[in-house]
Parts: sequence; structure tokens; C-alpha cells
Amino acid sequence: MTSARIEVEHLGYRYAAGGAPALDDVSFSVGQGEFVSIVGPSGSGKTTLLRCVAGLAAPTSGEVRIDGVVVRDVPPGLALVFQDYGRSLFGWMTVHDNVDLPLRRRALSGEERQRRVASALAEVGLAGSAARYPWELSGGMQQRVAIARAVAYAPQILLMDEPFASVDAQTRSDLQDMALSVWRAHGSTVLFVTHDIDESVYLADRVVVLSPAPATVAAEIAVDLPRPRDQVETRAMPAFVTQRAAVARLIRRPGVGTP
Amino acid sequence: MNALGGLALRLSVLAALLATWQLMAVIVADPVFWPTFTDVGAHLASSWIANPTRLAEHLLPSVARLLAGWGAAAVAGIAVGVLIGLSRRARDYVNPIIGFLRAIPPPALLPLFIVLLGIGDGMKVAMIGFGVVWPIIFNTVDGVRSVNPLHTETGRLYGLGAADRLLRIVLPAAGPGIFAGLRISLSIAVILMVISELYAATNGVGFQLVQAQRGFRTLDVWATILLLGILGYALNAMLELVEGRALRWHRGAMRTVA
Repeated sequence: MTSARIEVEHLGYRYAAGGAPALDDVSFSVGQGEFVSIVGPSGSGKTTLLRCVAGLAAPTSGEVRIDGVVVRDVPPGLALVFQDYGRSLFGWMTVHDNVDLPLRRRALSGEERQRRVASALAEVGLAGSAARYPWELSGGMQQRVAIARAVAYAPQILLMDEPFASVDAQTRSDLQDMALSVWRAHGSTVLFVTHDIDESVYLADRVVVLSPAPATVAAEIAVDLPRPRDQVETRAMPAFVTQRAAVARLIRRPGVGTP
Repeated sequence: MNALGGLALRLSVLAALLATWQLMAVIVADPVFWPTFTDVGAHLASSWIANPTRLAEHLLPSVARLLAGWGAAAVAGIAVGVLIGLSRRARDYVNPIIGFLRAIPPPALLPLFIVLLGIGDGMKVAMIGFGVVWPIIFNTVDGVRSVNPLHTETGRLYGLGAADRLLRIVLPAAGPGIFAGLRISLSIAVILMVISELYAATNGVGFQLVQAQRGFRTLDVWATILLLGILGYALNAMLELVEGRALRWHRGAMRTVA
């Protein structure tokens, strides 16, 4: 790990003033180029946490810093892939136009934009689908478009909010490996929220485990598995089994189990 | 059922209806007040469709007023609707006013509009425009408010400018609502066009209708009513064609969900 890219400090969030807090006191940091997973029981405020990091929600207490600067609005060079891919894509635009849209604000030549869209689509395996509409694609393919949109934007920080939660198991494995290859190719810093314990361990360098709401960090577990990861080999390793068990125990009974 | 079968079924219902008309008229045998469908059709063909002078002097001005009033209302209604839809505060201030204004039956404004704007084309266009702008505003507001928050946030995340967010996200997303408003208002526009031409007019289809009635030319009254029906139907069909193209994505997306 090198210098901290994302720093979350004593982050607290409540939906309504005086209401029950979703996040109580969450602190952790993510280093440059690191792949960090956040797991927690459902309703533990994982999405809210990610929205605070993205500058889409303002924390009630504490702060998020990106490259040392406190986040108040969406920071430049940050992309977020939502869980609900079907509704984050623009139905009235082709796949190509969906991926191209974020590039409009960048000072890029038409050719460069074309090139980036084409290579992002190729990277997620959708080179032949540029002229189609999102609703003509399967769920897994739609999420690939959403990822291609983020990739073409060339973000330094990529946030993903349970991006593979609503696709079938086989597609999920494919998308996990695609996410890893995108991360490796671009050297971006990734913060990946999931409720799937296997997925969190399989993908990440480090897993941040949240307690049930109001959330605090129950533990941080460094994942000691070689890269590149492999769906069959990695998951068969004793270390994988031990670490996924450690995370699972924490989620079941926070504060008990491996530190 | 295939498309051709569906069309045949719909046409057969229409044919049955017209045949009933024809039969009743033959039985009643009162060609002055209850002409047969074939007589009305023949009269429509000869006195309107095959009469370029009458079309140019009366149908054309009517259609021009209708489109001018409806078009102006569309531009103004969409613009106002987007502003109100985007701003909660604007909504709070403006909603009661709009609610009141749209509750006024537009024909009731005709005497006032004649006093204020005279009896020329301007008055008629203004009356049509005033009468049809409300459904456009209301449906545009609904459309804009129903823009999926994920879309808005995606625009924010990727740093899109105000123009891009409006033209590429808000307007297309509000498209189904906007078109719903345009469709409702188009049928109201036809009604108001006729009403505005019934009084204090010197040309137009509505004017011709009154003239025919005053001259006891019942056959011409029937034919003119039929012409208005065809006009309204054709205008709506054209709008649906445009809508079908513009909202192709929406139908596709709906089909997937269903």
C-alpha cells in the first residue's frame, strides 16, 4: 500500500435529523491502486457510505477526503457503478452513446472519444453491441455497459455498489474477473461494496467489514491471496477458505472472531 | 391475432356502423335532415375535397390557426413545465395559480378575448394556445419529476453541464409525459379551433359550419362535421407517428419490463 487515496474519518450519517443513524462512526482508508471490498449485513449503510465517498450524500458527521481534499461535491476523476444497472443506463441512447456521454465534458477530440468508447466496449466484451439499446441486452450485458461507461471515463477512483448482485452466478463470475482485469489494466483505486462474502475476499486486497446499523468498522482483514486470482484455483486455496470464514464470523457476530 | 386480422376486424366494425347509418337513413327517408352516408360522403368529396378554393380559403386557415396555437402552447408549455418540474420552490408558488387557470373553461374566455384581441387570427390562435397549454405543462412537470434519480446522479457523477443534463437526460426521460400532454392538447386544440370560428369569423371550417346551418344546407353541415372528424383523426395519427419514432426506446424498455 502506498499513500492514502481515500480517507474516511469518523463518518456518521442519519437520514433524518434526530432519526436513527445509518452510519455511526466509520473510519478506514484506501491506498493508491488498492482494491478494497466493503462487506456488511444488509441495511448496514454500505450504499450510503459509498454515496458519501462519491459526494452524492453529505455526511452528518465526520468527513471523507480524497487526495487530502474534503469531499463536498462529486470529485473529478471518480466513477460509480450502481447496483441498479437497468436504471442507471439511459434507455433512449444506444450503448455507444451511453458510454460516450461522460466523455463530452472532457477536452477530447472526436477521434479520441471514438477510440476510448470502442476500447472500453471491447474490454468488457461488447464490441459488437455498440449500436444496440440497453433494453435489448441481458442484465449481465447491461452491467457491462455501465462498467464500460466508467472505464471509458478513465476514473482514478472507481466505486462499485453491489454491481453484480442481480445477475446469475455464472455471469457474476465472469463479471468479477472482468472487473479485476479492468482494475489491473488501468491501475485505478477501487472501492467495492458487496454483501457477498466470497466475492469480497475473491476480489480484494483488503476487506473492510461493517457492523449492523448504525455501522462502525467491525474489522479490516488483509486478503493474503496471490494474484492473478482464478475462479477455481483461488477459491480452492486453504487461505481463501480461512479468510472467507473469518469475514463470515464477523458478519454474523461482530466483534467476535479473528481480529 | 396477426396485424392484418386485427385491421380487418377494426374495419369491419367501422363498416357495420356505417351500414347501420345508411340503413337507418334509407328507412327514415328524410334526405334533408337525415341524409344517407353515401350522400354525405359524396357531398364531402365534391364540396370540400374536390374544391381547392374552399380548402384554401377555409380548411387551410383553420389548420394554420390550430397548429400555430398548439405549437406555441407546446413550446411554452414544455419550457414552463421543465422549469416547474425541476424546482420544488417554483412548484410551490406556481401550482395553485396553474390549477386555477386551467379550471377555467377556455370557451368562456372567448368573449373576453374578442374584446381584448379583436376578431382576427391573433385572437383565435391565442384562445387555442391558452386552452391547450395546461395539459402540456402538467404532463411535462410530471415527466420531469419522474426522471429517475439514478439518471440525474449519473449526470452529476460524470460532470455533465446544464445543457447536456437538460437535453440529453431530463427532456428524453420526460418524453413519455410530454407526448401524453401533446396528445391531449391536440384534441382540445381541434375543439377550440371550431369554437373560435363559430363566432365573429369570416373564414375557417367552423365558420363554414355555421354558414351551412344558417342556410339550411343540412347535407353540408353533415359533410363539414365529417371533415372535422377526419382532420382530428389525421392530426392525431401524425402525432402518434412522431411519438412512435421519438419514444421507440420507451416502448422497447416497457416491453422488457412486462
